[in-house]
Amino acid sequence: MNPEIIGQYLPLYGEAAILTVELGFLGVLFSAVVGLFCAAVLYLRVPILRQIVWIYIELSRNTPLLIQLFFIYYGLPKVGIRTTPAVCGVAGLTFLGGSYMAEAFRSGLEAVPKIQEESALSLGMTKAQAIRLVILPQAFSVSVPALVANVIFLLKETSVFSAVSLMDLMFTAKNLIGLYYDTTEALFLLVVFYLIILLPVGVLGTVLEKRVRYAGFGS
Amino acid sequence: MQALGLDVLFKGQNFIRLLGGLGVALRISLIAVVISIPAGVLLGTLMTKKNPVIRGILRFYLEFMRIMPQMVLLFLVFFGSTRSLGLDLSGETSAVIVFSLWGTAEMSDLVRGAITSIPRHQYDAAAALCLSERQTYYYIIFPQALRRLLPLSINLITRMIKTTSLVLMIGVVEIIKVAQQIIEANRMSSPNAAFGVYLTVFMMYFLACFPISMLARFLEKRFYE
Repeated sequence: MNPEIIGQYLPLYGEAAILTVELGFLGVLFSAVVGLFCAAVLYLRVPILRQIVWIYIELSRNTPLLIQLFFIYYGLPKVGIRTTPAVCGVAGLTFLGGSYMAEAFRSGLEAVPKIQEESALSLGMTKAQAIRLVILPQAFSVSVPALVANVIFLLKETSVFSAVSLMDLMFTAKNLIGLYYDTTEALFLLVVFYLIILLPVGVLGTVLEKRVRYAGFGS
Repeated sequence: MQALGLDVLFKGQNFIRLLGGLGVALRISLIAVVISIPAGVLLGTLMTKKNPVIRGILRFYLEFMRIMPQMVLLFLVFFGSTRSLGLDLSGETSAVIVFSLWGTAEMSDLVRGAITSIPRHQYDAAAALCLSERQTYYYIIFPQALRRLLPLSINLITRMIKTTSLVLMIGVVEIIKVAQQIIEANRMSSPNAAFGVYLTVFMMYFLACFPISMLARFLEKRFYE
């Protein structure tokens, strides 16, 4: 391994890593919003919307992100919906992540026993208060491990963005291997940069899991 | 129909070719699953042992496999093996290697979880009945762990199928590659084919994975009640 080459490559990888993190962060954020909405629809049993959400979740969970991106990036322009690679990446990640987040939130909501809501109502809380003050905090603490796993999963999935010609880490590595044949250095940096991105998230997640576990009452 | 390119699918052998492309992805996943399940059971069982060296090594292997995106693993094996080991692996062989290693790691974690969920007194009771260690695992622990394990490992199969779509990126001719070829070949006659063809690919993946997911969910419900 040649340290000089690594030095030369570093800035390229740095830029790519920033792009990966930016798009990944946006994707996770939008996924959480979509997931929260879908989980609310399922939990409150909103008619019709519930069936639509169910179909969306099944479609999204049973297809790979790569195929979803290809459809969004190459298929949709043919019916007049054009996207830039970055928008396509975030949209694809949101489409995929939304369903995973929905499942995480929903399992948290369902884990809160019915008696909690009934007790809250019998104490004179309104339905909205019961949900906000009693159900959501407990549901959230149950959801946290699944949410952390989803964040890591989604950040990992950003590695397919290079398929829609986004200059992410994979793209950079493949490019450099193709141009200069410094395979060892290129792959080494690839692994190092993904570790730099993913390890802190994993550690942070573990800390968060430990902290919120105390919020689980009555179980 | 014409405008969205669905007609292209029924020209000549196109639909069969697409199915063949999916077949390549399914074949890779099938081989990887067949390798990962027994290997995962073995490693997962080893992970429940107290030996710190074995545990440390397995832990490292597991964590590395799980934190690295599968694309990175594919690149490491496909490009890395040529340079550092002098091997010339085909894309498909690299894919089988990577997905077997990854599947083994995932499977071993599932097995470890299932085994550690068996309460301590089951081991004690088995020991009290003078069962040997092998008998304990064979008659007491594995049958109980299997109930928890089955839905999870079936889920792993769908994850495997979804992940094998990545082999496109190391040059294996699978379903997306075939789709691209079909779209290219019909560029003049139906310029909008990309919509219909990619939608079909999307639905094909869905139809391959959905029944398996449903089966997993069905088993999960049955076993947890």
